[in-house]
Amino acid sequence: MRWRDPLLLVVLIFLVWEVLYLLVGDVALRSPAATAKNLGALLGDERFMPHVGETALAFAQGFAIALVVGLLIGVPLGAARFAGEVAEPILVALYSIPKVTLYPVILLVFGIGMPAKVAFGAIHGIVPIAMFAMNAVRNVNPTHVRTARALRLSPWAFSTKILFPAALPEIVTGIRVGFSLALIGTLLGEMFGSQRGLGHLLMQAMSLHNIERILALTLLLVAFAAGVNALLLALDRHLHRGLP
Amino acid sequence: MNASVARIVLVVGAVAALELLCRTGVIPNFTMIPPSAMAQSLWKILASGKFTPDIVTTLTNVGIAIAAAMIVGVAIGTLLQSSPTTRRVLDPLFATYYAVPMYAFYPLLIVIFGLGDLPQVAIGFLLAVMAVILNTLNGLDRVPPVLLKAARVHRLGPLKTALQVRLPCAAPYVFTGFKLAVAYSFIGVIGAEFITSSRGIGYEISFAYNNFDNGVMYAMILFILLLVITVNMSLHAWEKRLLARRRRI
Repeated sequence: MRWRDPLLLVVLIFLVWEVLYLLVGDVALRSPAATAKNLGALLGDERFMPHVGETALAFAQGFAIALVVGLLIGVPLGAARFAGEVAEPILVALYSIPKVTLYPVILLVFGIGMPAKVAFGAIHGIVPIAMFAMNAVRNVNPTHVRTARALRLSPWAFSTKILFPAALPEIVTGIRVGFSLALIGTLLGEMFGSQRGLGHLLMQAMSLHNIERILALTLLLVAFAAGVNALLLALDRHLHRGLP
Repeated sequence: MNASVARIVLVVGAVAALELLCRTGVIPNFTMIPPSAMAQSLWKILASGKFTPDIVTTLTNVGIAIAAAMIVGVAIGTLLQSSPTTRRVLDPLFATYYAVPMYAFYPLLIVIFGLGDLPQVAIGFLLAVMAVILNTLNGLDRVPPVLLKAARVHRLGPLKTALQVRLPCAAPYVFTGFKLAVAYSFIGVIGAEFITSSRGIGYEISFAYNNFDNGVMYAMILFILLLVITVNMSLHAWEKRLLARRRRI
């Protein structure tokens, strides 16, 4: 039962895609089967792999920075009540601005190339990770905190035995959201200021009106994002089990 | 000290620090111009009316995306709530939706819709609609059963029950969806304008960037940031007031 529904959904999506293809024809789409074949050919092409590697490297660095900086901002803000209250609306505002507009600023600061992409991925991921971490720490059960104080736990023991286990489920949710946004940020960065990477290939295919390439790349990116998200979601739900 | 006072001090302090860094040349002028120069340049641009058509285009597209996302989102949410099987099958899609890089579909949308305003509206709509669906579902799930029983006693049909009982009761949650739809529509439309388009605020920023026209570029960036933050903060305040009123009842 648990595995049948997602399977049904995937079949359904491909069915909708096929019907859409039959409706609009070769001008704007390719069939799912043709796209899978194109993607296979693309993955077999040795000129393609460096682009995947470039995107993967930029994304991994951006996400790592987002994770570290997000936690460094979020955890202290969650622990200090007043600072958290001051910072929360600022974080919400930062979350809701279209960060693409800041891209020229990033380019002017870092120049075209890897650092700009990494920075752009990172600024997309930092805010959600910080917001979830802040709430996670803020919502640690006060009874547990007081018990720890009564037992005179050292700061280290307090962090590892109380704070970390209690805040982990929410932090994982934040990491899941931050992962997706950092990926979007990295790809956007490659779309404007880069000569390499999947975002650049997507942009190039768009200007050449290469529909096979656009669809194959989109399929690859969506499959990757959805796959990782499914894993993180499973972990997320596992950690949240039994919590109110 | 009050939290909102501290916040204002913090923001003003950050802007002043930026101003100082730019004025003293620590941040070179070709990287960033001082905030006061941005504001001045923005004032001049707005007064000249040079970018008024772009601003109107962007705001119109954002407005269409929000309206479409609201109508479609509430309709889909209401329909799904009455069909648990469909909802269960689609659930993984909902959970994965925002993980998918939506801009990856932009080239495809351009191929399908051509180079007009439609692809930008479509991206804004696609980003916004799921927030409305999810929050509508969340709100409808919380309608107290006693209200539905009352509706049945009064022999209301499914449509009337939805319009007169379920949706008004779920309104605060739908409003949360609306608030997110506004933010996401701005993000989607302006992002798409940035990638490729021939007009709009996003387009003007990337055009100014390509011409090293920092005065225009920073003025327009400032404009978008101020606009989006003002809109979102007003909606946030409005939502708080609505929730406070509901709690009093």
